Amino acid sequence: MLFLTKIYQPSDYLPILIQFGLAVGFIVITMIATHALGPKRHSKVKDETWECGIEPVGDARTPISVKYFLIAILFVLFDVEVIFLYPWAVNFKHLGWFGFFEMITYLAFMLIGFYYIVKRNVLKWE
Amino acid sequence: MWCIFAKTICDLDYCMILLLIKAVIILVVFGITLGVATYSTWAERKVSAYMQDRIGPMRAGWAGLLQPLADAGKMFFKEEFIPASANKWLFIAGPCLAMLAACMTSAVIPFGGEMELFGEKFLIQAVDINIGILYVFAVVALGVYGVMIGGWASNNKFSLLGAIRAASQNISYELAMGLSIIAVIMLTGSLSLNVIVDRQVQPLFGIGGMNWNVFYQPLGFIIFLTCAFAECNRTPFDLPECETELIGGYHTEYSSMKLGFYLFAEYINMFISSLVMATLYFGGYAYPFMDVVAGALGQNIAALLGFGLFIGKGLFGVFFFMWVRWTLPRFRYDQLMNLGWKSLFPLAIANVVLTGILILLFQ
Repeated sequence: MLFLTKIYQPSDYLPILIQFGLAVGFIVITMIATHALGPKRHSKVKDETWECGIEPVGDARTPISVKYFLIAILFVLFDVEVIFLYPWAVNFKHLGWFGFFEMITYLAFMLIGFYYIVKRNVLKWE
Repeated sequence: MWCIFAKTICDLDYCMILLLIKAVIILVVFGITLGVATYSTWAERKVSAYMQDRIGPMRAGWAGLLQPLADAGKMFFKEEFIPASANKWLFIAGPCLAMLAACMTSAVIPFGGEMELFGEKFLIQAVDINIGILYVFAVVALGVYGVMIGGWASNNKFSLLGAIRAASQNISYELAMGLSIIAVIMLTGSLSLNVIVDRQVQPLFGIGGMNWNVFYQPLGFIIFLTCAFAECNRTPFDLPECETELIGGYHTEYSSMKLGFYLFAEYINMFISSLVMATLYFGGYAYPFMDVVAGALGQNIAALLGFGLFIGKGLFGVFFFMWVRWTLPRFRYDQLMNLGWKSLFPLAIANVVLTGILILLFQ
């Protein structure tokens, strides 16, 4: 209970900046060190993109299956819906049965959408 | 401590001392994370070796204990290769981002209980923020950018395929993971990792420090565990670097420490996700008969013991990752997506609803 009464200040986040600085420093120093220490020997053939030893065909940035984009869009949709659950979950015990049924209604709408997606074979991978 | 903190919040000297203590804790935690990640590569080889009836690395140091250092040294002295057709800056930014995301999460995890040093009470935790678990998720989710940017910038077909697979897999399993945590938050009523652990320190059936969430959330734990494997790109979900199909996956074109960063970030993520799992479901730094130990040996000893056991729980988690690697074969991509979307996602929602009903009935 002691923790619940604690007043959180924006200054609580200050140590995260320290951690960020530490991480960035570590990464930058390591990258500079590996750049300086390793040998550098270039040749035309060596700098080619690796494609199982044969000559690379075309560009790698070809169109890819639309399935991946659909998954990404569905993720955005559902993740936003899941985010709405967080404040509800924090206050769950205070809201009681009323809040519970409210959320059941919300989840039902969400699941209808999910059922529609499954029926449209969006999640079907050949 | 909190009352003192609130009273003296304007006191600059006090804040500087507090910040200094925090900086030391951050440094120690950062060191522990890097050390554990380094030695995870050794442990991975040793565990794999024992499971396959080999002896593993034995040459560098006693039982090969210097092997990770030799590997790191080798990584530094390898040629830094950047393909001519790659986007140079994005190619460098990819592994840096992956590493940055992996390094940022250890700050908010509560490593131990309250300790008293020089008359000052403090927690063994670098940053105590009220939305700890959300912070962990926000930063872990950024890791996917590192993989995606690196794979795309390589301008290699295998890299791009691996990166897209990785991104697609990570975001799919993030949904079920987020939902499985909601049940824990419902039990606790807070997003703070500290409060989540604090609840688990309470006694269960008269045994202090045994009120672990895993007893209340067995289904949620299994969902979280499965998602953690997928998020870390570990077997059986290591399709992004499936060598039979994609050579090296998103890091096909990488060499030297840039490759090292990707591999290192994976080990850090394994350790961090084990720690988060221990915090959420296995009591964090709580252990059985915690109150008895604190009464007999003092608060400081009890807190230090809790810190050690918490690291132990994390290490066991890392071992479990390796154990599963040699137990389960790799999934097929459609199986992976079906498991994530059609099984775990509805199951996680069912878990939330079930938890809600049970909490309200027994309240």
